[in-house]
Amino acid sequence: MAERERRSTPPYGGVFVARSQVMDADDVRRAIWRMSHEIVERNHGLDGVVLVGLQTGGVALAHAFADALQEIDGASPPVGTLDVALYRDDIGIRPVLPEAVTEIPVDLDGAIVVLVDDVLFTGRTIRAALDALNAFGRVRAVQLAVMVDRGHRELPIRPDFVGKNLPTRRDEMVNVSPSGVDLGELVKDGR
Amino acid sequence: MAHQHLLSVSDLAVEDLEQLLRLTDAFAEVSRRQIPKVPALRGKNVVWLFYEDSTRTRLSFEQAAKRLSADTMTFSVSSSSVKKGESLRDTVLTIEAMGVDGIVVRHGSAGVPWQVARWLGDRVSVVNAGDGWHEHPTQALLDCYTIRDRCGTVAGLRIGIVGDVKHSRVARSDVLAFTALGAEVTLIAPPTLLPSNIEGWPVRVSHDLDAVLPDLDVVYLLRMQRERMTEHLIPSLREYTARYGLTERRVDAMRDDAIVMHPGPMNRGVEISAEVADLPRSVIIDQVRNGVAVRMAVLYLLLGSGVDRVLGTAPLDADALLTAPEPVVEGAVG
Amino acid sequence: MAAPEGTTIVLKGGRVVDADGERTADVVIADGLVVGVGPDLSGERTLDAAGCIVAPGLVDLHSHLRQPGQEEAETIETGARAAALGGYTCILAMPNTIPAVDHAGIVREVLELGRAAPCDVLTAGAITVGRAGEQLAPLGEMAALGVRFFTDDGAGVADARLMRRAMEYAGGLHHAGRGVVLAQHCEDPVLASGGHMHEGEWSSKLGIPGQPAEAEELMVMRDLALARLTGTRVHFQHLSTAGSVAMVAAAKDAGLPVTCEVTTHHFTLTHASCTGYDPVFKVNPPLRTDADVVAVRQALANGSIDCIATDHAPHTQEAKEAAFDAAPPGMLGLETALALTLTELDLPVAEALALLSWRPAEVLGVEASHGGPIVPGRAANLTVVDLEERWIVDPSALASRSRNTPYAGRELAGRVRHTVLHGEPVVIDREAQR
Repeated sequence: MAERERRSTPPYGGVFVARSQVMDADDVRRAIWRMSHEIVERNHGLDGVVLVGLQTGGVALAHAFADALQEIDGASPPVGTLDVALYRDDIGIRPVLPEAVTEIPVDLDGAIVVLVDDVLFTGRTIRAALDALNAFGRVRAVQLAVMVDRGHRELPIRPDFVGKNLPTRRDEMVNVSPSGVDLGELVKDGR
Repeated sequence: MAHQHLLSVSDLAVEDLEQLLRLTDAFAEVSRRQIPKVPALRGKNVVWLFYEDSTRTRLSFEQAAKRLSADTMTFSVSSSSVKKGESLRDTVLTIEAMGVDGIVVRHGSAGVPWQVARWLGDRVSVVNAGDGWHEHPTQALLDCYTIRDRCGTVAGLRIGIVGDVKHSRVARSDVLAFTALGAEVTLIAPPTLLPSNIEGWPVRVSHDLDAVLPDLDVVYLLRMQRERMTEHLIPSLREYTARYGLTERRVDAMRDDAIVMHPGPMNRGVEISAEVADLPRSVIIDQVRNGVAVRMAVLYLLLGSGVDRVLGTAPLDADALLTAPEPVVEGAVG
Repeated sequence: MAAPEGTTIVLKGGRVVDADGERTADVVIADGLVVGVGPDLSGERTLDAAGCIVAPGLVDLHSHLRQPGQEEAETIETGARAAALGGYTCILAMPNTIPAVDHAGIVREVLELGRAAPCDVLTAGAITVGRAGEQLAPLGEMAALGVRFFTDDGAGVADARLMRRAMEYAGGLHHAGRGVVLAQHCEDPVLASGGHMHEGEWSSKLGIPGQPAEAEELMVMRDLALARLTGTRVHFQHLSTAGSVAMVAAAKDAGLPVTCEVTTHHFTLTHASCTGYDPVFKVNPPLRTDADVVAVRQALANGSIDCIATDHAPHTQEAKEAAFDAAPPGMLGLETALALTLTELDLPVAEALALLSWRPAEVLGVEASHGGPIVPGRAANLTVVDLEERWIVDPSALASRSRNTPYAGRELAGRVRHTVLHGEPVVIDREAQR
C-alpha cells in the first residue's frame, strides 16, 4: 500500500518521494521501546490502558507498542483501531472515505486510551479522534503517542509520548514505516 | 461539487458494488457503537419524497440519515393531494428551492427518479427508493451485503428468486446486482408472474420450486400480493402457497447451509410459513438491520464523501474510488 | 380574406408534382382556382418556388385539435396554423374533444370554428354517444352536416355487436351522393388495460406495464370480419404492428372495402425511446419494435398502406411532466410529418405525396378540392416544398400551442415554403399569414 499510486484530488494527490532519512529502523525500534516505558511509567502500570491506533498509519505502531509492553510488563493492553474519516472537518472539502472498519475491542467507559498515530501535524486528525472516542463511552483519560511530531499545529493539541520532534516545512512530507522515518515531498503526477 | 445520483443498479460497475459493500462494513460498525452516530453529514439536508406508502424503507433511510447527523424532512403525498394539481416537476423544484442536498424518491410509477434527476441536473442528489415495478437499488445492495455477510461471498452462489417477479422492483434490482457479482440466478414463478419478455435477462427460469430448491444456496421469497388474484394471475393464494410457498416440508429439501431471504413485509402463511420465517437460516431481520448500514454508505457516498463521480449516469472510475480517499501519507494533512 | 377579386398569383419556378406526374411549370392562381399551369407564366403577385416542388396540399386524416374542452393544449386555430405550416390544406379533427363530437350541435361548433382557420377543418363524428362505447351516436344527423368519417378514436368500439350495428347502420348513410366511412382505433381495451407502452423487452426491463401488439391486432382481426359481414367501408387508424399491417393488406387483396393509415412516429421511433422515461414518447398505439417499424416501412413502400396520418395529439407541458404511466399518450405531428416522410422513407417524392395528399383526400372524399391534379379549374389548395432545406426541430418554434414533439433536436430535410388555401397564400416563406 505504501507505494500505491495516489491520484487523489489536488492539492493532496501525488506520490511521496523521500529526500532524507531522519530515523533508521533501529531508531524507530528504540523509540518504540522508550515510549512504551513512558506509557507504563505515566500510568503506573497498564491497568485500564487501551491502545487505539489511528487508521492507517497508527495501527501498525499500536501493535508495535503492544508487543513492547508485553515484554516490559508481562501483559499487553487491548489494541483497538479507529478510523476517524466520518469525524473529519474537511468532509465536503476534499474526498473523504473510511479506510477500514473501526474495531474497539473493549468498553471504553473508565479506560485510559492511548491514541497512537505515526505523525502529528496540524492536530485535526487527533481532534476528530477525540470526538470519535465519545461514541464508545466516557473514558477516564486520553493520552497521545506519536512517532514524529512535525509541528505546525492548528489546534491546542500536544502529544504525551513522542518518538522524535522533527522541524519541517509545511510543504514537506513525513513517511513513517518500520524501516525508518523519511522526510520528503509529494510529487504531483510523479509517475 | 457535482451531485451524484443512485438510480439503478445497472449504473454500478462490479467494482462499485464491491466497493460499496466494503464501505458498508464501516457503517455497520458505527451502528454497533454505544452512541451510533457520526457527524459526517452535519448540515446536509435530505428530503424523503414518498409518493407511495413505505414505512419500512422510509424509516430505514431516516435512521441512516440520522446516524450520519443529516437533517431530514418528509414530503409525503397522499394520492388525493397529488390529484389536486401541482405537477411532479413543480413539487420537485419547490423542494429544491428550500435548499436540500438529497432527495430520496419513492414513487408508484416506474422512472420517476429519472425524471426528478433530469429536472434537478446535478444540483441535488437523487436516490431511488423504489419506482413502480422497476428498481429498488438500495434493497439490492442490502441483499448483497446480507448474503456476503452470511455466505462470505455472492459470487458462485445459486440464488432462487421466488414469486411475483413481474411486479417486483426488488427482483429487477436483485437480478442485476446478484448476477453482476457472479451469482447464478433462477427466477421461480408461474409464467403469469414473470415479466413478458425476459429472453435477454442473465437468469434461468423455472416454474417448479421443488425441482430447484435442493440446489439453491439462497432462497429469496418475494411478497405475494392479494390483488394478483383479481388480475387472474393466480387462481388463489392457497394454490400459490401449495406450489411456491416456502413451507417447513420444503425447507427439509434445502441444503443445510442455504439461507432464506425476504424483502418484507412478509405474508406469513402465504409465500413463507410462520415457522420458516423464524428459523436461524432465515436472515430477514439481518436484511433490515443491514439496510440501515447500506443506506448510510449510500447517503455518505453521495452527499459527504466528495468522491467525484456520478453514480447513475456513468460507470465509476473504480481506481479513483480506491485511491481518492486515501489521506496520502499520514501526517500530510494532519 | 382571400386575395382581392381578380388578383392573380403566380408560383414561379417550381416543379409541379401531382398524381399525374412531374413537370417544370409555373402555376397561376386566381379567385381560389388554378387558372394556368405552364412555362413562363406571370401574375400580379409572385411567390418564389425556385428549387421547390409545387404539390397539392396535404390532407391529414388524424388530427386532435382539442377544441372544445382542452384549449390550453391546442385550438382549432393553432392546430390549423400548425397544419398550414406543415403543408396541409385539409385536416380531419378527431371527435375526442370535451364534450365529444357526437351530435349535430358540436359538429356545427367545430365546423364554425374551423371556417376562419388557415386550413380546411373537417371533423369526424363519434360512433357512440360520448365515445363511451355503449350507445350508437346519431350518425345520420351528423352525416347530414357533411360528416363522412366516424370514429371513437382514443378508444376502439369494444362491443362487437355494437360495432356490427354501427357498420350496418352506416351502410345506409349518404351525404352529397357518397357513403360514409367508419374508422377504428384498434385496441382491445381489456387486453391493453393498464398498459403504458408496448409490451416487450423494454417494458419488461423498465418495469412499465405494457400492452401487447395483440391488443391492437385482435380488434383489426375482428373488424375485418365485421367488414366482411356488413360490406361497410372500414378505415383502420394508426396501424402500428407488423401483424395489423399484414392482415389489412391481405384483406385488401381479398377485396374487402378497407383502407388504413400509419403515423409518422410508427415508422420513425421504437419502444427503445422510452428508456429515459420521458412521457413525450408515450403514445397510443405505443411505439413498437424494430421489426414492426420495418414492416410498416415495407408496407408503405409496397403500397399496401393508403395514407400517412399524423395523429397530431397536443398535450400541455404540465400534462407531460407527470410520471410516465400518469402522463397522457400522444405526440405532435402536423409540422413534422412531411419532413419525416421525405427524410426517413426512401420513397420517390410523388409516392410520399400520394401517401400524404391525394390518397387521404380520396379516403376522406375531399378529392374534388384537395389532393387533385394541379390543372386549370381545380381548387388552388397547394403547398410549395423546398426538398433540400435542412432544419432542426425546435419545440419552442412550433406553431402548435403544445410542445410535445418527440423529434426535438432532430435534423430533417424538406420544408414547406408556401401554402395556398383556396387561392390565398396562408404560408409565405415559412411564415403563417394568419
